[in-house]
Amino acid sequence: MNSLATITTRVAEAAAPLDGRHPIAPLLERVRAGRDFGPNVYSTLDVLWVLYDRILRITPATADDPDRDRFLLSKGHAVAGYYAVLAAKGFVPPGWLDDQGGPESRLGDHPDRTLVPGVEIGSGSLGHGLGLAVGTALGLRAQGLLDPRVYVLVGDAELDEGSNHEAIAYAGAAGLGNLTAIVLDNASATHGWSGGPATRFTVNGWTAATVDGRDHDALYAALTGQHGHRPHVVVAVVDHEEGR
Amino acid sequence: MRDSFVDTTTTLLAQEPRTALVLADISAALFTAAAERHPDRVLNVGIREQLMLGVAGGLALTGLRPIVHSYAPFLVERAYEQIKLDLDHQAARAVLVSIGASFDRASAGRTHLSPADVALVDTLSGWTVHVPGHPDEVPGLLRTTVAADGSAYLRLSTLSNGRPYPGDGDLVLVRDAGAGAALLVAVGPTLDAALAATEGLPVTVAYTHRPRPFDTAGLRTLADNEVILVEPYLAGTSARVVAAALADRPHRLLALGVGREELRRYGSAEDHLRWHGLDPAGLRRSVTGFLTPAAADRTPTPAMLGQYV
Repeated sequence: MNSLATITTRVAEAAAPLDGRHPIAPLLERVRAGRDFGPNVYSTLDVLWVLYDRILRITPATADDPDRDRFLLSKGHAVAGYYAVLAAKGFVPPGWLDDQGGPESRLGDHPDRTLVPGVEIGSGSLGHGLGLAVGTALGLRAQGLLDPRVYVLVGDAELDEGSNHEAIAYAGAAGLGNLTAIVLDNASATHGWSGGPATRFTVNGWTAATVDGRDHDALYAALTGQHGHRPHVVVAVVDHEEGR
Repeated sequence: MRDSFVDTTTTLLAQEPRTALVLADISAALFTAAAERHPDRVLNVGIREQLMLGVAGGLALTGLRPIVHSYAPFLVERAYEQIKLDLDHQAARAVLVSIGASFDRASAGRTHLSPADVALVDTLSGWTVHVPGHPDEVPGLLRTTVAADGSAYLRLSTLSNGRPYPGDGDLVLVRDAGAGAALLVAVGPTLDAALAATEGLPVTVAYTHRPRPFDTAGLRTLADNEVILVEPYLAGTSARVVAAALADRPHRLLALGVGREELRRYGSAEDHLRWHGLDPAGLRRSVTGFLTPAAADRTPTPAMLGQYV
């Protein structure tokens, strides 16, 4: 595993070309407050940054707009980077980061949508985000809201939960073209996914792309690679040693 | 009651574009015409109850008003965490409508029995629970519930009383035995058996189809110091509510309903009513024992047993 300092520097470097203010690393340090972060925090940062910086059509001003894109963080424990990105993009005041998890804090170890602006779902128990994302995509379609897209981030170990497979099969059968799932694959599923996580989706009619989860341009290309009439999955592979 | 639900829901889907229906195959054939007219709002996800509730949560987050329907054990027990998290924790609201009740399909065995559903929903906060006692109560309840914003559980049964008692669910005085009489509150389809059981006894009988929120103000008005609850689901489900409502008065409470034991017997719903003491003879036995506690201490004679069993 890389040292925190190394990773923080890498994250800052990765963010630098996108934003001259190097926003994420110092914000993440404020959340960290001297604690040891599990590697899962760092493994999710790149995809979160690419989503919020280049993909999602959502700003603090449009956080309640029916026509906004939705991002649902299903693996709710990947929350530190999420809060840092939300702060970098102005959804939450950076001052909130300093007391994360405190008795008066709105930022728990898992996010609560009723407490944090910009958070679309409360998560923490694994296997709930994909079903909620399918319902959100269906609700938008039923109301003729055809522009917004629903993105949901799950982990490869989270896919162990059977509820995901109910959602994957149905979304494929229903042709939910406004849905993108992102599987953060750090090879942490206890029994693995032989053939790769993407096969669980493609067999149900999804389009899929498997990319390096650290490569911002590859992530961008994959996250914009949907065909429009079928649900799309992006498997973002990160080094197991770097990020569970 | 299922037919009333299907008819009313079909009308609501046509009249109110916010309404959506989520199914997991159960009853899907009855909504074929509605699904053809509203393919984006009548959603059968297949035999996937976790997804059924997850989809309902997502629909609600986009501003729709989902009605979610299945067999009671599959709707409430199998997907309980989805009710807790995909609805309540998201501050998303839905209307859940079950069929099957406690033992409507007794011959199907334990997998299709759901006596604990109301108790499970009662672990949550802010839910309205309706247990209609007659098919004619269903349309008004469903319309009112769907038009409101909160979450609600409607528990439909094949058992019913001889006549409906519409209204919002506040206690309805059905038989007044005068001052000092015990108050029996019958929930949903238990009313007719409760009336028959207490014929000639000093018992005032009231009815409700809305155990949550329980009409505690009505209870305080009608009750003296003896209360008998008759509920068509797990015995004692509303005991805590009655105890809290009457906390400032010395009172005695008899809470009747479906027992916890798995009987491992088939038969009919009527058989199970008898085995759980919810038929008129069983209720009368329990009520008379409660009203004359000393008698309950005596060992029953064969004649007494023969009279009641």
